[in-house]
Amino acid sequence: MRDRLLETPSQTAGPYVHIGTAPQSIGRPPLINQPGPVIESNTGEAIVIEGTVLDGAGAPVRDAMLEIWQADGLGRIGEFGLFGRTVADFSSGLFRFQSVRPGAHAQGHAPHVALLIFARGINIHLHTRIYFPQDLEAMEQDSDMKRLEPEARETLIAREAGRNEAGLPVYRFDIRLQGAGETVFFDI
Amino acid sequence: MTTDFYRRDRAQHPAPYAPGYKSTVLRAPFRPLHALEQTALDKTGPALGHAPLGPLDHDLIRNAATTGDALGERIYVFGRVLDENGRPVPNALIEVWQANAAGRYAHVRDGYLAPLDPNFSGCGRCVSDADGRYLFRTIKPGPYPWPNNGSDWRPAHIHLSIFGEAFAQRLITQLYFEGDPLIPLCPIVNTIADKSAVDRLVARLDLRNQEPFDCLAYRFDIVLRGRRQTHFENRPEGL
Ligand SMILES: [Fe+3]
Repeated sequence: MRDRLLETPSQTAGPYVHIGTAPQSIGRPPLINQPGPVIESNTGEAIVIEGTVLDGAGAPVRDAMLEIWQADGLGRIGEFGLFGRTVADFSSGLFRFQSVRPGAHAQGHAPHVALLIFARGINIHLHTRIYFPQDLEAMEQDSDMKRLEPEARETLIAREAGRNEAGLPVYRFDIRLQGAGETVFFDI
Repeated sequence: MTTDFYRRDRAQHPAPYAPGYKSTVLRAPFRPLHALEQTALDKTGPALGHAPLGPLDHDLIRNAATTGDALGERIYVFGRVLDENGRPVPNALIEVWQANAAGRYAHVRDGYLAPLDPNFSGCGRCVSDADGRYLFRTIKPGPYPWPNNGSDWRPAHIHLSIFGEAFAQRLITQLYFEGDPLIPLCPIVNTIADKSAVDRLVARLDLRNQEPFDCLAYRFDIVLRGRRQTHFENRPEGL
């Protein structure tokens, strides 16, 4: 006999997720204390993370909403943890965060960003991680990364993609929902 | 170190690939999810429910009003946010969005012919109190058609996004209204195989909590993932 309550079931965020989670993206005034794509922190190197969510036919998912949660540049979480939210561009599907490169938050774990993906047609959000190419050595020691096949591991490592107009390093992280090169999604 | 959350019971959730809802066909991963141990990062989360909200954020009847109240059937939606252990989750941030009484979203991409309401944006937020209680005031949204198998119709629903204390508890869902004949016909509802799970997405009419001569009330409790218990801990009361 189960002595616990059952978690409320998920339902898709649908195509109008912007109304409730990112009103500025549809030309409405932002709400106070509403998280956005730019995370201010002076604890590490400021970076840009950008990419596209691609469906099984290779088409950009232009109604995606994405959230990140990460340690700050010093590896601190909890009250120092950094949260950001963004939505895909309505025409190109490109999403973009500005953040800092995270420090390692625990022994045996390479620095990474936790990433959630919500969209129409995604019935329960997808959870993945973004690792950075500078941390290859730490990834060798990372118990989670070690359990993945090399090609699966590859889907979690952002690619250096030059600098933006403001001189910030840009990391490219594309997400393939289905099929060839499918991103690894986690049950955590 | 904080204890782990129970694993998500995926049988309580919709199947990712559910061809009756066509948008899932190209968006559901083919490969199974990769199970991981929870790290400290997964077991913490942003304290969004501790930051002040706008004074009308919880009142969708007034928060976008220009010439008067939003049109439609005036309702409270209220309930408690609990975890799987039956404990209240305080300071949970609940963000909601919905169509207006005619079934039209105030969104650049909604082209449904039903009229917009100049006094309604369909965007609201509230935070649960120390007992996990939350409340917002709105109008009952209308059903609307959408292209799926020809013109399918969504039952009246409100979208909810919930942040508990940890990223592992993150949840986005939709609530439906008791007695709506469109619920069992909806391809999105039917991505959930277990009918008793669907039933837990249905808000119940609660006349005792109405505002007389003003506003009906619907009760909807939300359950987020809970942390594993040790054997030494007493069972919570009132389950
Ligand atoms: Fe909807």
